[in-house]
Amino acid sequence: MTKNIDSTEGKILVEPAKTVSGLSRRKFLNYAGASASLALLAAACKKDDVMNDGVNLGSGDTGILNYAYALEQLEAAFYIQVIKTPYANISADEKSYLTDIRDHEIAHREFFKAALAGSAIPALEVNFTSINFADRTSVLATAKAFEDLGVSAYNGAGQLIVKADYLVLAGKIVSVEARHAALIRDLISNGSFVGNSTDDKIVDANGRDLARTPSEVLAIAGNYIKTKINPSNLPS
Amino acid sequence: MNLHNIFDEIEKADPEFTGRTSPRREVIRNMGSFGKKVALTALPLALGGLFKKAYGQTPSDVLDVLNFALTLEYLESEFYKKGVATSGLIPAGTPAFTALTRIRDDEAAHVAFLRTTIASLQGGTQPATKTFASFDYTAKNTFPDVFSNYDTFLAVAQAFEDTGVRAYKGQAPRLMGTANRAVLTAALQIHSVEARHASHLRQMRRARGAASGTLKPWITGTVSGIGSATNAIYAGEDNTMQAGVNISGITADGITISPNAATEAFDEFLTKDQVLAIVTPFLA
Repeated sequence: MTKNIDSTEGKILVEPAKTVSGLSRRKFLNYAGASASLALLAAACKKDDVMNDGVNLGSGDTGILNYAYALEQLEAAFYIQVIKTPYANISADEKSYLTDIRDHEIAHREFFKAALAGSAIPALEVNFTSINFADRTSVLATAKAFEDLGVSAYNGAGQLIVKADYLVLAGKIVSVEARHAALIRDLISNGSFVGNSTDDKIVDANGRDLARTPSEVLAIAGNYIKTKINPSNLPS
Repeated sequence: MNLHNIFDEIEKADPEFTGRTSPRREVIRNMGSFGKKVALTALPLALGGLFKKAYGQTPSDVLDVLNFALTLEYLESEFYKKGVATSGLIPAGTPAFTALTRIRDDEAAHVAFLRTTIASLQGGTQPATKTFASFDYTAKNTFPDVFSNYDTFLAVAQAFEDTGVRAYKGQAPRLMGTANRAVLTAALQIHSVEARHASHLRQMRRARGAASGTLKPWITGTVSGIGSATNAIYAGEDNTMQAGVNISGITADGITISPNAATEAFDEFLTKDQVLAIVTPFLA
């Protein structure tokens, strides 16, 4: 998609052949959402040089906050779609839980956007083609992956933060992500809130959750984010 | 503590280590690189030695936090040990029994890990051991049936987990700094496990009708489904302002964040004094 951006004009050139009739409903929804994000992305092209080396997260605490903002964008976009097109036979409880989580992720995303203000990265374009939103198993498996990833990302990034207030804020969010992760896991298989010791290991022998570096996290998140992200200036 | 042994171990992982131990600034600069080469489990130990080498003193703030955390973990660990071992309290052979056993094991692992880390940081001196007798789980008769009434047991469990989440969150800033990176990360990793536990316990209690069956895995306002005895544990959880941003009422993607969702989306921290006030009634 990025190749379709005309950076000099800031316009999106959508191929005429890709009309709605040729797409499934799900793909169209993805396509429509992606276009909205692209418009914002295109608008930011000129100043951020997005075309050459991806969206630069920046350095220091700003970089870490943008990194979190990127992940929250991914999660929010996912749950917005989940509620927009609920999977087959979704129960009232599950829809209520997933709606709550959607709102929490939007709150996180909008918080970072407001806190970062002029330093915020643009809206990212997501790629959900691997997710079948009509299927409970596919949706919950993705939700589990995103929540566990989010927990590990905040756990790994805490040591990179310089300002105490930001560390506390990250802490305020990560425990909510962990509450989400545990619930989603229990929806898939009751009792799997901390994984197990064999094929689904998330808590180690010392009782510690996962922690991942930004590069490890972005390698996984990159499967669902079409926009190229440049984390090269993040602290390490 | 035998510093030379530790340095020998580090040298095996990083042959250039000895050349890096002075001046002090070099030590700090090089921590990142040697940390990658030392097994993660050995890191608190190695950092403890390095810190002493660099500053010639024990990192008292870090030790204070870790000892405080150890008390909380003992409180939880002894609680679940007793609960799981009490015949007839938790329905045997149920998913609930499996879950509570798993939580018991996680808390025991936290105790063991903190003890190892503290001992290494203070030169091998072991921290004080606590036992079931160190605690009063009725909290001075506030929960007299804690080990005979399953619902009371679950309520106290939830209270402990939600307190733990808030406590670690509040202490995290005291673990900041280049020399403490491994300790801070470990504390955050324990923090999120406590939140996973809290989430599951809240689901268990919801299924049993807590807060009229509306209790959620996350904290809505100050709702605990327990009663006034745990008010201090949930005080301030109804906050909707984060770093000057009012989360309640934010509208995006055609969705407006409700006051409830705004409180749920962010867990609040407690200070050490606030946590001690909560925990003190549970001390024998």
